[in-house]
Amino acid sequence: MSAEPVVSLDGVDVHFDQDQGVLDRLLRNEQQRVRAVDDVSLNIGANDVVALVGESGCGKTTLGKTAIGLQQPTDGSVRYRGQDMWETLHGRTDGEISAQQVRKSLQIVHQDPGSSLNPNQTVMASLAAPLKRWHDDLSRQDRRARILGMLKRVGMTPAEDYAARYPHQLSGGEKQRVALVRALLMNPDLILADEAVSALDVSLRVEMMDLMLELQAEFDTSYLFISHNLSNARYLTKRADGRIGIMYMGELVEIGPAEAVLGNPKHPYTKVLKWATASLHPDHVRVEDPPVRDIDIPDQTNPPSGCRFHTRCPVARETCVSETPTLDAEHHTAACFREDPHHEYWESPEL
Amino acid sequence: MARTDISDDPMASSQTTVPTTTDPILELRGVDVTFDMDRGQSRVIDDVNIDVQRQEILGVVGESGSGKSMFASALLDAVVNPGTLSGEVTYRPDPDTDIDVLDLSDSDLKRLRWEEISMVFQGAQSSFNPTLSVRGHFTETLKAHDYDVAEGLERARELLEDLYLDPDRILDSYAHELSGGMQQRALIALSLVLEPNVLVMDEPTAALDLLMQRSILSLLNELQDKYDLTVVFITHDLPLVAGLADRLAVMYAFQFAEVGPAREVVLDAAHPYTRALLRSVPNLDIPLEEMQAIEGSAPDPVDAPEGCSYHPRCPLATEECRIEDPPFETVETGHYAACYHHESTAKAVPFDIEDHAPEATEEWP
Repeated sequence: MSAEPVVSLDGVDVHFDQDQGVLDRLLRNEQQRVRAVDDVSLNIGANDVVALVGESGCGKTTLGKTAIGLQQPTDGSVRYRGQDMWETLHGRTDGEISAQQVRKSLQIVHQDPGSSLNPNQTVMASLAAPLKRWHDDLSRQDRRARILGMLKRVGMTPAEDYAARYPHQLSGGEKQRVALVRALLMNPDLILADEAVSALDVSLRVEMMDLMLELQAEFDTSYLFISHNLSNARYLTKRADGRIGIMYMGELVEIGPAEAVLGNPKHPYTKVLKWATASLHPDHVRVEDPPVRDIDIPDQTNPPSGCRFHTRCPVARETCVSETPTLDAEHHTAACFREDPHHEYWESPEL
Repeated sequence: MARTDISDDPMASSQTTVPTTTDPILELRGVDVTFDMDRGQSRVIDDVNIDVQRQEILGVVGESGSGKSMFASALLDAVVNPGTLSGEVTYRPDPDTDIDVLDLSDSDLKRLRWEEISMVFQGAQSSFNPTLSVRGHFTETLKAHDYDVAEGLERARELLEDLYLDPDRILDSYAHELSGGMQQRALIALSLVLEPNVLVMDEPTAALDLLMQRSILSLLNELQDKYDLTVVFITHDLPLVAGLADRLAVMYAFQFAEVGPAREVVLDAAHPYTRALLRSVPNLDIPLEEMQAIEGSAPDPVDAPEGCSYHPRCPLATEECRIEDPPFETVETGHYAACYHHESTAKAVPFDIEDHAPEATEEWP
């Protein structure tokens, strides 16, 4: 990791106001806010791999989109190579980096490869579009050669044949490769891979992640990998010596090197996620009561006070209801009072 | 595709081993599902023989397109048009009563489904009528099958409680007011309200978070015990079901490749495909170096390879495999693999999780 992060998020909030119906407005009901991301700080360096793991609705996708400039934060700052991202994107800065450069450098691979490719365009047309937009100096032949070379690189041979196909003529894994090629053609600094392997068959996931890592080395890019699956996050981050961040209800609750987070999880929520990740060995699989006090996630519009996990946490105490633990994102830490052996948590009664 | 037809060839039938069980509640013999397509006949279930043991949890594992959902439909004679189902499906509500499922009248079939064998699909959202409350679904189901509604609703409340749901809140809700995990649990309660013997679940947890998946699995384990259910759990996720199922049946290319006790299938798989599949699944136990994707791709149902359908991807394939589809061979009592080389697979496709004890079980102080 180089000294200057590619993207740095500092105290980022993303809050959404829910639409109100006519009735709500007439009755003057209070407008509900969903705090999708709440006060998250995270640096992503060059050649870095960070996996964000959490349940649906925990804000991991919103945070990912904020990191690549697709979602404007409601508070806090996002910087690309030290320059404020939104000032740049709105053309309000005279820094060295242009809005175009930011857009080009930050790419995305979506979860569902079926809907991220235009069904009426061949693979060649889909891949040529971004090159035409950003590299209009390339001749038609050069463009073709570059696309065919990339298709070959991701194992889609004969490339000419694949280039002429429409998305419905490709398998799920092949579509996802096309989406990855499309992102890589821009030589990006950071790719947001939003559940990029979740839609693939289990037996294809390892292959896809291997390909992503090979290309990372070749293209000198970073990944922000979003997954609800700890096994996938482990595979990608351990291989790349990356970090795993655990999110719960809009907050980053634990972050650290993959090895440390999985081998020595600190936050009770991380431990619960680890429990939820099925082990292959039949003797180690425990079909038992889930180690949470409530298996459902609380209402997002009205998050619990104090530590947001206290309503489900197996070791919550009264302190957790009133006080909010914080996280220091530079080291392997968890936002949990149990990290501090002298905290008043240990004296307060169990819930 | 070279297929041994049991009825025509006495030699073949004497060699063919069928993975039987001692007290099968469902018995499938020579079951085929075909679709006629412009480019030929698509065989999506190919001569399947298998038993489902009474009160077991059978995990059916296969990748997309292996025919596992079609297998679920075949159990209930619910293959959609224009697919055709042939062969024998026998349901035994008790050991001495045989019901030929494919021979039932429409009204008997309607009774069989839900009252005897019920089914839960993935994506609960689309199984619910958005304009009907959850209570409405229960009463409608009870009325349609002439059950006593008041009694049925009592059962519903108990089932919902078994699934960690608050009956008062859930019954008055509409599907969109519930989270995905709540919907799926409410759907499981609905599928059990008529007290069926068999519950067939097709990827019931696929769209859910891991924590909810595992929670539902442990609830399912309790339900199976409490209501003496037979469960057929169909999934692409082998680790998910490995700890729950009593037996595992691994599907590859529209047939079962291996059937056996879950423990044996995971620790000592005999079919090269099962071993390759185990090696390819990301999990927390195995060192990364040992995880490996399976080379090649699954066959096309219209144009499946001659002989063993796995031979183009198999490191052990010999001439024999290219010519003739291997029948089931007994690996150990109750453990069957459709492979000529099942004795040498352990060496050819190494996979041993015994060596890798997972990190210590989490202690909660």
